[in-house]
Order: sequence, then structure tokens, then C-alpha cells
Amino acid sequence: MNRDQLVEELKQQIIEQLNLQVKPSDIVAADPLFNEGLGLDSIDALELIVLMQQKYRIKLANAEDGPKVFQSVDTMADFIIANQTPQAG
Amino acid sequence: MFINGASAISPLPVFDAVSAGVNVVPVLTQRGKVTEPDYGSLIDQKLIRRMSRIIRMGVATAMDALKQAGIQDPDAILTGTAYGCLEDTGIFLKRLVENKEEMLTPTAFIQSTHNTVGAQVALLLKCHSYNNTYVQRSHSFELSLMDARLWLTENPGSSVLVGAADELTDYSYALLERFAQFRNQWGGEGAAYFLVQSESNSASWARIEQIYTLFQPDLEEITAFATKLSEEQNGIDLLLSGMESGDVNADQYARIHGFIGEDIPVIHYKQYCGSYPTATAFACWLGAFWLKTGKVDAGSLQLNAPKRILIYQTDSMGYHSFILLKSC
Amino acid sequence: MQQAVYIAGKGAISCIGKNVQENSSALHEGRTGIGPIRYLHTLHATTFPAGEVKADNDELAAMAGWTGTNSRTSLLGFIAAREALQEAGLWEGNRIRQNMNGRRLRIGLISSTTVAGMDLTENFFPGFLDNSASGKLRFVKQHEAGATTERIALGLGVKDYLNTISTACSSSANAIMLGARLLKAGQLDVVIAGGTDALSKFTLNGFNTLMILDQQLCQPFDKQRRGLNLGEGAGFVVLVGDETAKLLGGSYKVKLAGYANANDAHHQTASSPDGTGSFLAMKGALEMAGVSPEEVGYINLHGTGTQNNDSSESIAIQRLFGNRYPAMSTTKSFTGHTLAACGGLEAIYSCVSLEEQVLFPCLRIQQPVIDDPGVVVTSLRQVTGLRSILSNSFGFGGNCSSLFFSLT
Repeated sequence: MNRDQLVEELKQQIIEQLNLQVKPSDIVAADPLFNEGLGLDSIDALELIVLMQQKYRIKLANAEDGPKVFQSVDTMADFIIANQTPQAG
Repeated sequence: MFINGASAISPLPVFDAVSAGVNVVPVLTQRGKVTEPDYGSLIDQKLIRRMSRIIRMGVATAMDALKQAGIQDPDAILTGTAYGCLEDTGIFLKRLVENKEEMLTPTAFIQSTHNTVGAQVALLLKCHSYNNTYVQRSHSFELSLMDARLWLTENPGSSVLVGAADELTDYSYALLERFAQFRNQWGGEGAAYFLVQSESNSASWARIEQIYTLFQPDLEEITAFATKLSEEQNGIDLLLSGMESGDVNADQYARIHGFIGEDIPVIHYKQYCGSYPTATAFACWLGAFWLKTGKVDAGSLQLNAPKRILIYQTDSMGYHSFILLKSC
Repeated sequence: MQQAVYIAGKGAISCIGKNVQENSSALHEGRTGIGPIRYLHTLHATTFPAGEVKADNDELAAMAGWTGTNSRTSLLGFIAAREALQEAGLWEGNRIRQNMNGRRLRIGLISSTTVAGMDLTENFFPGFLDNSASGKLRFVKQHEAGATTERIALGLGVKDYLNTISTACSSSANAIMLGARLLKAGQLDVVIAGGTDALSKFTLNGFNTLMILDQQLCQPFDKQRRGLNLGEGAGFVVLVGDETAKLLGGSYKVKLAGYANANDAHHQTASSPDGTGSFLAMKGALEMAGVSPEEVGYINLHGTGTQNNDSSESIAIQRLFGNRYPAMSTTKSFTGHTLAACGGLEAIYSCVSLEEQVLFPCLRIQQPVIDDPGVVVTSLRQVTGLRSILSNSFGFGGNCSSLFFSLT
């Protein structure tokens, strides 16, 4: 899977996991997910931590890393690519 | 205390009854599900995505009752629920079992606490007022109403948002059916909220004259209350009875009907909302609606200018409740 | 004139003891009850320490004198409520004493719980998920919050009034508040008020999803705090007004002089950064008692040990007290967070502090959240002239309540 595909997959997964009332095309990969962006909050960050763990087998050690990793779909994709272990996918 | 705004969501489509009227006819079903309105104008889209049915209908009726009464910042928010947020409880329990206590997500858990409905109403209103949630089985709504009455006595001139909500889920339906709950009467659910104040105004629906609850009373106790009630009141026009079809408590319902006057017409409200512990909140809405419109209109039974409507409900666990509504 | 509300009896069961005396001894000796999970069957037993009541359900049933299938929540609640009635002189043989000097007392039970019979339901559920016709119904009969209170009420013999409050971690503070209001309104003569919660997989896993559980022993109100430990237990007080106090002939040392409930209206689980709900609750309780912040002798903090709570609560305290802080500590370092029971248990600890003129410490403090020397109590402190205590209980859904106790 290349990075573009990963970005599209992430958008779809975020919408499903968080039950957002938007389409994948409504989410701009570089835009902030939290606060002024999609309006996500701390509970969503926790949901996304589990998403990372379940789908990409990447464990965030503590919740404080969330804001950095979940800044945007782009930052999430970069984090996944940087941390992915070979057997995952 | 006066009902100065009221709203309900029920299997019977009643949410827009004030503007569109309602055809009060029995709902024919085995498992009742509420007829939900379009929530768009009532609940923020960003918040609704996490809300299960009980939260949606609770919050929507609360907002609607406030809107009708023209109140934005109530002095108290009181909610009754017998079962609480069952859908979210079930979701979290299922994942807990299936994922063997691993990789669980927080949303269902945090939305499962009993006070979620009242909390979400406060959050939407940014309302810092007194907020409480009562969860005593089929007295949950009555205990909330009794607190509203007490609050109004303690804080003259204040306004209280008070209501109840319960939902029927796949799990609770399967379980309650095993408890033989729905053998004769279909299972229901619903939400109703009221804005109550000590003073009436032109928008008032009805006056809540009495609320009285008894738990496993002696026969003399309940006889004494019902007799006193019928003596004090100058005629009750209608009994809104919680009796279900094939009710094991039919004798008890008949006894109360006898005390207040056998010739008083009776309507069994659970044929509209189904069987659930806080169904008295729906009955309270229905009675208040009829008093507001000045007409009881339920198919074959028509009554003009009703003055007093008594709601009575009991169950096999020994919970009895009386709510007496009076026209304004 | 509104009558005073006295604490006529106390009953406590928690991980630090099965009655008030045992709880008090552990508090005096600085002995925490939090440790590895022994009784709850959970995957996380060795990961997260918890404050379990040191008895299995059979032992609790023997203490209660109960048979049949009962939720641990009901058992704990009954044991604590009965002890409170015993101290108040309202327990006779194996039932509540309903008549006193020829007068029939109107007695109410206001319990509170968040999990209720979930301890039974969560063991029933795996089989039920496989096949909805399987599993014994007696294991879900006490699922409803009201059902656990009903079981306690029937065990005690209370029928005049029963009610259950479920406002998350502020539940039992709200139960005590409602009890006082019903007494003042003359609707009841005696109220048994408090709360009970058993540890369950549901809550343990739920708090784990929020990533706020500490894998070590919690360090509430410390700058290095890492989260909370869950606990379990029950705490009930018997409340009476002037008239019943005379009838019972008791000379009560502590009264409930103020209370308030406010909503933070900020977020479903998180407390606001400026502590609005907590501030309003504390302020309201003091206003009702007619006292100024300077007159508060000590605060029993909500102090769970999460980043969010302890920061929000300390900011609210700063808003109310300025820099003239009263002494404060959180007994959750002993008991863990007992959810619906904490307001009841901490009301009892507050009474003990007033009666014995002693402040219990926050255990394991290295760098207190409030720097001023001596403000956060870190070791047992004997005091003189302690007149009043503010006890905080805040919860999910923004529910914040404070109780204000004072010597009579």
C-alpha cells in the first residue's frame, strides 16, 4: 500500500471509528483533526489510539503523544509508515 | 407545580403533537421502538454522533420542553431512568467479552453511565445548575418529580427541567422476555421532559396536584391513600391506568379503580407507549396534553373539558405510584 | 426555622476495613488497602492495583447473614448501612427499629451506585452472548441500580421511602444532600444515605480505556501523579433532624451544615480547566452554611490522582480560597477511588476527623500539587480547634457536589 492509499484508508477508518457525519472527501489530509478542524476531542484521541493498535499494531505508550500523532491525517500516515513493523499490514 | 412546557418521544408519534396533533390509537407491535423526529434543529451535529437512542430522545425532549416554555437556563435538571443507558452498556460488555478485556474503546463506556442524559442536556445548555439522576425502578420518574416539587419549594420562582427516559435494546428485550415481561403486553420505551414552575402562565399545560409513591405497602396504607384522594378531589374525570393486557396485578388496578369511583372512565396508556418502568412519564405527558387541549380524544373515548386526570401504576415488585394532574 | 441535620450513625466498608473502627485505624496508621487484585477475576489482575474489600462474596454474605445470589454491591451496601443504624441506636435484633417512644418513625434509604449488579451481569454475559436462552436469570436480577437498593432496603426493613442516585462519582454526596433536604422538609424523620459500588471488570476496563489507571500505587495531589487506582466499598450515614435527635437521646458531635450540587457543563468525562463545577459546588456549600472560606478547617479532596481532576480541583480551590489555603488531603490514597461510595466513605472520614481532631494524610506524596508548606497533609496531624470540613465529590457528566460538615 502506498502513502496515498494509506491516507484514504485512514480517512475511512476515522469516519467509521468516530461515527462522523462526513464523507472521506470532506477531510483534508493536512487539516487539523482536533478543535477547529473536525472538532474531535480527548475521547476521540483515545479511540484513535485503539484504532492504531488494532489496524496497524502500533502502540502509543501514553495518551500525551496523541496530539502530536493525531494532528492530521497526514501526521497519522507518517507516524504509521515510520513505525510499521514488517509483518503488519 | 405547573407544567409550562412538555415534550415526549414514544412509539406513538407524539413529538410534534402540539403543532400537528396526534391520533391516539393503540400501537400494534410486539417490540415497540420510539418514532424519532429529525434531531437536526435540536441537537448539535458534533454531539449527536456519540449518542445512543436513549440519549438522543432524552436530550431532544428536554430541549423541546425548554423551547416551549421559553426557558434557556433552568435552575435544576432532574432525570429518572430505571435501566439507564442500556445500548452503550451492552456494546461495552459485548466487546469486553469478545476482546477478552483488551483493545477496548472509551466511547460506549463513558456514555453508559446513568447520568449521561442529564449531563448531555447540561452540556448542550452550558447549564451549571443543580443536576441529579434518579434510578429507582418504576419510581424513577416520580422521585424526580418529587425532587422538582421540593426544589421549587426551597427556591421560589425557579424553573426545573424534569423528565425520564428508558430504552429497549436487543439484549434487554431478550432478557425481559425471559422474565415473562412481554407475554401479554408489548415492550416499550420512551422519553418525556417537562419544564415545571410554581406559577402558571398562558403556555401552561396542566398542574401537577399530587405525586405519591408507595413501596410494598400494607393494604390499609394504599386503601387509606386512595380513599383520601377520592374524597379530597371533587371528581376525577379520567383514570390513566398502567394496567397491561393480561396483567397479574389486574385485581390491584381494579381495587384502586373501585376506590376512586368505578364509573370513572379508564384508559390503559401502555397500549400507546408499551411496557417499561418509566412509562408514567409518557402518561404524564398524555394527560397534560389532553388537559391543555381541553379534550380527551382516544378513539372510542371522548371527553370534553376534563378537569382532573389520575395516573396510577403498579407492578409485581410492589411499586405503586399516583400522579394527579389538574387543568389550569 | 430550618432544622439542623445531624450525623447520628456511620457505617463503612472498604479495602482498609470492614467497619468504621477498622477504617479509622488504618487511616491513623497510614496503612493503604490498595494492592494486587485478588478477588476480581480479570486479565488485568497483575497490571493494575486496586482497593478490594478483603473478603469474597461468601464471607460478605456470612457477615450480612444473607443467602441466595446477591450482588457484591448489595452486600457491601447492607453491611455498611446496618452498621450506621447500629450506631444510631436504630437497629434491633435483625431489623430496623421503626418505633421510638411510641412514635412511628418515617425512615428512608437513599443509596447510590454506578455499577449496581454489574459484577453478576458481567459473568452472566459470555454465555448469554453465545445463546440468549442460556444463563441463570438470578444473575441479572440485580443488574438494575434500583434493584440493589431494593435488596438493601428489604434486608434492613425500610419501606417508607427508597431511592437510588446515580451521578457517577458524586453519587453518594448527592444521596446525603437529598437526605438532608427531605429531613428539613419534614418528609422523613430518619434517612440512611450513602452509596455502594463493587469493583467490576466493567469499570476496571472502562477506566482503562480512558488511560487514567495507575499501574503503581496512586499518588493523588502529587505533581508526579500518574492516574487513579479503583477501589470498592460502601459508606452510609444516618441523618436525623432536631426532633428525632431529641427522641433518640443522642448527643451528636457532627452536623451537615451545607451542601451544593453544580454541573461543570464542560465535557462528558473531563473537568474544565478552570474548575467551574467544583468551584460552584464548594462555594454553594459554604454559602448555605453561612461561613466564609477562612472558616474551613480542612478539605477532604475528591483527589483521584488523575492529571485532569487534581489540576482542575486545585484551581477551583485556588479560586475560592485565594492563597489562604486550608489543610487538605485525599483519602483515596488509602481506599482507591470507590466511585459511588466515595462521597459516603469520605463523609465518614470527615466525621472521624472532626470527632478526634485529627487530619489524615495523602500517602506517597513527594511533591504536592500545592507548594505552600503544610497545606497538603502528608503525615497524620493531630490538631486543635478543627471546627469544620469540606468534602468534595466530582464525577463524569460534570456532576460536582460538596458537603460541609461542622462540629455541633
